Amino acid sequence: MLTLPVLRWGEPYESLEADEVVHFATGEPIARVSRASGGLIQRDLRKAARARAALCAIPIDELIARAGRAGELYMHATLPMGDRTQSPDAFVHAQSASTGLPERMCRANMKKNAFVLAEMRRILTALTRGLDFDVLTRGHGEERQVPVSYQAQSPVLGLVLPSNSPGVHTLWMPIVPLQVGLVLKPGPQEPWTPYRMAAAFFEAGIPREAIAIYPGQAEVGAAVVDSCPRSLVFGGQATVDRYRGNPRVQAHGPGFSKILIGDDQVDDWERHLDVMVESVFANSGRSCINCSGIWASRHTKAIADAIARRLAGVRPLPPEHPEAALAAFTVPGVAEAISAAIDRDTQAPGVTDLTAAHREGSRLVTEGRAAYLLPTVLHASSPGAAVATQEYMFPFVTVVECPQAKMLEAIGPTLVCTAITCQEEFRRQLLDAVHIDRLNLGPVPTTQLNWLQPHEGNIVDFLFRARAFQSAPLA
Amino acid sequence: MQVYPSPPVAPIERVAQARAGLDAWVREVVDWHFDPASGCRFWLERARTLGWDPRREIAGFGDLRRFGQFEDAWLRGGPVERFVPRGLAGKPVFVFETGGTTGIPKTRINVDDFRVDYELFSATLPDEHFPRGANWLMLGPSGPRRLRLAVEHLAQYRGGICFSVDLDPRWVIKLIQKGWSEQLQAYKDHVIDQAVTTLSANHDIRCLFTTPKLLEALALRLESMGTTIRKAGITGIFSGGTEFTPQWNRFAHEELLDGAYMTPTYGNTLMGLAGSAPSGPHNLYKITYYAPQPRAVIEVVGFDDPDRLVEYGGAGRVRLTTLTKEFFMPGFLERDEGEREPPCEQYPWDGVSGVRPYHAFAATTTVGVY
Repeated sequence: MLTLPVLRWGEPYESLEADEVVHFATGEPIARVSRASGGLIQRDLRKAARARAALCAIPIDELIARAGRAGELYMHATLPMGDRTQSPDAFVHAQSASTGLPERMCRANMKKNAFVLAEMRRILTALTRGLDFDVLTRGHGEERQVPVSYQAQSPVLGLVLPSNSPGVHTLWMPIVPLQVGLVLKPGPQEPWTPYRMAAAFFEAGIPREAIAIYPGQAEVGAAVVDSCPRSLVFGGQATVDRYRGNPRVQAHGPGFSKILIGDDQVDDWERHLDVMVESVFANSGRSCINCSGIWASRHTKAIADAIARRLAGVRPLPPEHPEAALAAFTVPGVAEAISAAIDRDTQAPGVTDLTAAHREGSRLVTEGRAAYLLPTVLHASSPGAAVATQEYMFPFVTVVECPQAKMLEAIGPTLVCTAITCQEEFRRQLLDAVHIDRLNLGPVPTTQLNWLQPHEGNIVDFLFRARAFQSAPLA
Repeated sequence: MQVYPSPPVAPIERVAQARAGLDAWVREVVDWHFDPASGCRFWLERARTLGWDPRREIAGFGDLRRFGQFEDAWLRGGPVERFVPRGLAGKPVFVFETGGTTGIPKTRINVDDFRVDYELFSATLPDEHFPRGANWLMLGPSGPRRLRLAVEHLAQYRGGICFSVDLDPRWVIKLIQKGWSEQLQAYKDHVIDQAVTTLSANHDIRCLFTTPKLLEALALRLESMGTTIRKAGITGIFSGGTEFTPQWNRFAHEELLDGAYMTPTYGNTLMGLAGSAPSGPHNLYKITYYAPQPRAVIEVVGFDDPDRLVEYGGAGRVRLTTLTKEFFMPGFLERDEGEREPPCEQYPWDGVSGVRPYHAFAATTTVGVY
């Protein structure tokens, strides 16, 4: 069996304790992953400054070039993976086997990561708003005849990564070119991307001491967050709530992303059905940018019914099937619990399950150890229903009937909002709504990202502080 | 699964000798606890409900299963005097607690047991690392726990003086359960601050009892100050708990201790203190504990059948039997599990390795709290 060590600033360390990564359907062990501990991380993080020093010795322009090479290697090369090597196909197969994500989605996520690495220069130029990269290295400089100074807030970025969506890895691709080291805690079922990406970076000439990988249990994630002055954490709503207001931590959780249809467009809702279906269904509904709520003042039952019809034929397929579109739930009992929760949701007044009429059999499909939830579309006749702002980790959406005037007040925190309206006043209100993070005006799927734009806060602003800086010559 | 080299096995005659000694001690202890002149109210009252006479029918350790399982609830709540043997009437009685973060803790009375247990344990400590006459630091849970007094007695018994800090593990557990990580860190820092101050105060402290978490925190703090456990004067450490895994043992030896000696122990208020067979790189830092027989016996029993010993190497729940003149507790199912280990040269009776929280309770158990 493949064994993956802890990576202590690029150096493998085989722990006496390990966790097994198993195949989601068969339970067969795929890899044995060394388990780090809190004390080990605390001790290693004493040397975090070396990671940034090693990266600062290489100009950002050169790091961007090496990141591009790393992207090529990540996509096409056979790379070291623990005590063996792994081809791109084997990587996809392993990732699918442990996460339950269909192989074609794993390949699509791979392309996303490689795209971000290939487009690093444009992305960093966008995220730094055209800043001369040397300013970040030197810490000060001049832009448009004005002195500027940017101070790195941490020599490394800690990442507590999830297992459920390999797509989130794009968020940390720009870190190394920004001359900040990486401290990665992989998701228990998705160690593959961190290790493969680290191997690609090393082969492309990124210093080994710039990257640490600490697999392990909850204690490890806590130690990463405690020990790194800046961290990105992925988790549920409880995780987001725990770190709210903590300037050291950017917590990513459920997105509660939505599509709002304005009164001026709602009578033509059928024109936007493709956008709605894609927003709900892409990436098997696993992402925070998947749409979990569609809000309109009328035609909502018809909208829900149309989406339900479109998705009614979706069935689990083997992960290697070219048309597989549903991801499996890999943690026993989770799919059952979610399905039961939805059944409870539909008991509320005014809430109906529109998919039930179009689907043969149950929402929950179990195949061996694996469980799937078939796409589910609910209708809520009022925004007061609890399920109106609910999100589940599969293709699930509630179509909510709500007067346009009450929408912004009722939608709650929304990561991506696609607003289909031409009404200037409504568009102005949407632009001003501080509980909306990413705003799409017009029929843009919530899942469509522009990589040149920030996601849940600009990572450059999170890592670098703009400050005053003056100097005078010494006689 | 990690494969470990086997330790030297005890000769069969020594195992038989130890077993015979245990059986004889069981008879003596049962005689004492069920004699109306010396027994405690708890056991004398239970004897009346048994329908058989323990003093006549318990011939050895194997017969103790006739008592069935000793219930956790029997130790929770008073009057605690019902556990004081009449034969010890008039002696000063200590009461020690275990658990109790929420609800009523388990209590055990003590007269001299904690002293005896730690004097026996003292014989296992190598003098070159725990020098006679050296002073100690007790960096662990204080308050109503037995450890505080026991470690102090150990230090005094070996001719030294024991320094200590306050540590309330129940508060620590609450901080963890409430997710108050900043307060948890502040409390830990507060404890370590005191330890560092004491170590720097020229008291010639060379021996330390602490828990894995605190040892780690102390070592990291000292490292950040440019020094180490060893350079701070510590030559010998004993430590214990379910956090004391082989990997942690290795990490501590390779990266925290700077050459100081450390021995793992497994103990609690109800048992006393179990020592361990030597561990290190030769056996991949595997830790095997052996109860202080005959005063306490550890068995590894089936998860579904506590009367069945598992095979050597097999996993099961830890069942504890305590056999002293102060406290008789047959067949108590601990909150831990582990693998059954064969007798070894140093301890010619069964041991247990891989001790960890019992998996059925693990989700609700807060471990590694101090």
